[in-house]
Amino acid sequence: MSNEMLLAAQKPVLTDNVISMNNVRKAYTTGKVTFEALKGVDFHARRGEFLAIVGPSGSGKSTMMNIIGCLDIPTSGDYVLDDQVVNKLNSNQLADIRNRKIGFVFQAFNLLPYATAYENVEVPLLFARVNARQRKERIMALLSRVGLADKVANKPTEMSGGEMQRVAIARALANEPDIILADEPTGNLDTKSGGGIVQLFHELWQSGKTIIIITHDMNIARQSGRVFKLKDGLVDTNGNGI
Amino acid sequence: MLPLHTVKQFFTDMRRQKLRTAMTTFGIFWGTCSIVLLFAFGQGLRESQVESQKGLGENIGIFWPGITSKDHKGLPRGRQVQFTEDDIRMVKTKALTIERISPEFSKWNVSLKVGRTNMVQNVIGIWPEFGEMRNLIPTEGSRFINEQDLDQRRRVVFIGDQLADQLFNNSALTGGGNSSPQGSEKYQLEIQKVADRAIGQQVLVNGVPFTVIGVMKPKKQDSSYNGRDARKAYIPASTFNTMYSRRYPNNFVVQAKPTETIKKSKEEILSILGAKYRFDPTDREALAVWDVSEGIEFMNSFFGAFQMFLVGIGVATLITGGIGVSNIMNVVLEERTKEIGIKMALGARKSYILVQFIVETLMITGIGGLFGFLFAFGIVSIFPALQLEDYIGVPRVDIFGGILVTVLLGVIGLIAGIFPARRAANLQPVQALKLF
Repeated sequence: MSNEMLLAAQKPVLTDNVISMNNVRKAYTTGKVTFEALKGVDFHARRGEFLAIVGPSGSGKSTMMNIIGCLDIPTSGDYVLDDQVVNKLNSNQLADIRNRKIGFVFQAFNLLPYATAYENVEVPLLFARVNARQRKERIMALLSRVGLADKVANKPTEMSGGEMQRVAIARALANEPDIILADEPTGNLDTKSGGGIVQLFHELWQSGKTIIIITHDMNIARQSGRVFKLKDGLVDTNGNGI
Repeated sequence: MLPLHTVKQFFTDMRRQKLRTAMTTFGIFWGTCSIVLLFAFGQGLRESQVESQKGLGENIGIFWPGITSKDHKGLPRGRQVQFTEDDIRMVKTKALTIERISPEFSKWNVSLKVGRTNMVQNVIGIWPEFGEMRNLIPTEGSRFINEQDLDQRRRVVFIGDQLADQLFNNSALTGGGNSSPQGSEKYQLEIQKVADRAIGQQVLVNGVPFTVIGVMKPKKQDSSYNGRDARKAYIPASTFNTMYSRRYPNNFVVQAKPTETIKKSKEEILSILGAKYRFDPTDREALAVWDVSEGIEFMNSFFGAFQMFLVGIGVATLITGGIGVSNIMNVVLEERTKEIGIKMALGARKSYILVQFIVETLMITGIGGLFGFLFAFGIVSIFPALQLEDYIGVPRVDIFGGILVTVLLGVIGLIAGIFPARRAANLQPVQALKLF
């Protein structure tokens, strides 16, 4: 079954906008030099959507990801996430949003090196103050879901790249966020492992999650429902959709 | 839940960075150890100095005859002022601030003979109250001179421990049979044995037989007049006068009531005697007065200041240790920046990062401090076995020292931790993850 057919056959019903950005700008100042990474971007994502943000290096992809993920706030413009105006939140509220509404998957996995798979998945649950019994149940369920039920006690150094990324995905799902935000999730993986990860994203999307993947890999972008192109900090209107 | 996670992480870190953690902890260990030891030795030194001062007596003053230095009521200055035993009785009835008083008649070069042992020493004639004032405490089974001795002019003698040792410890050839160090328990026991042998025996004082009624318990005494109490023989003042017929005592000793001071007693006595012998009560030279309590006060404040100085050196050492911890925490911060970023991305609030760093710092200071304290405490505990207390006293850690160290460690730990912790907590998640 080709991907197109898969998408057509099982497309979930899209509802309201979960992410809404209007004229978002982001400037970084180093000494006297100011660099504008985003120069007024409008971006919307509907609940349950699977979309890819693509663009060459320096196009502002990572900045987009930081702002969507509430790791950074825009210099100007509005960012509304799930009916909350992110610009107006304090650092604790931002931390809580990252904890509960967004699941991050990074290119470099970003697992805690000294902790086991189990403990890595536990971290967001600790911040959410989930009790011990529920934590255990959820961690075991998540690790089986990503196919690592037998690697619970393994540390990152004892796992392959694909396995590490699966742990990271399990961790991203810990607090059942609406949005999975992935930054080049297959960038450090071989084709086979990468394919498995993309497959996992598809399954998550089918279960109702909003998936946003930042990538420069057109093969992955093609498998998403919609492609959002960035170039030089602006929306690339040339050929929206591949 | 979260602090537990932090403690767990601390121990994981400690395992990963054994040498670094050990050296950092050692800084705190050493600092704590220095403070506790310096405090303890300072305390011991002060207490032993004050105790030696008290050997002469507490809250007492000693009065000698003098020469007036002021004209008074038409009389010229330069007159000799002397007092009799009757004057001392008068002072006793009139002065309201005094607890005890006793004249002191003193005669040097008196021959004291037991069997073939002959010592030439200082014999003192006193009232019974003298013993309590001047801390002449009898050994077990012996007593000091009492009222009956005084009234009946008994020929009884109370002798200092060293003199007793010389007279009754077969010491004719050695000049003192006892070689144990002064103040040691062995010496105390030895003197008790000597006393048991001496009580009831006869001593010939200038050829006149006297019965030994008591031997002085060894004591610390670092200031004196007319020689050490340990080498004197004491007899009733009345007996002394029948033998030597003295009109004027050499001096008298006064103890103020516990609620009063010698300063006040001195004013009172000067005005009583001043009225009789017509000298100005403000004349500082009419009577020579030694206020012993002043000495105790001086020793207390001088060695108190000295102790603070020592503790100050310890505090400086501990602060150096604290700076070391702070530096290490900055290094830890650099190493963990990425980890902090990951945790922030996963929902860690600033306060969590702050607490994590402070808890780690407090763990290092706490553990270092605890071991430092225990080590120092161990040294202080085994120190008395070295028998050096005559020179530097017995070091002692009291509750105040314990509280001081605990509070200091807490403060230093917090200060050492707060700066790296704030730096860590104020990192932006993006910076920490080094995503751009």
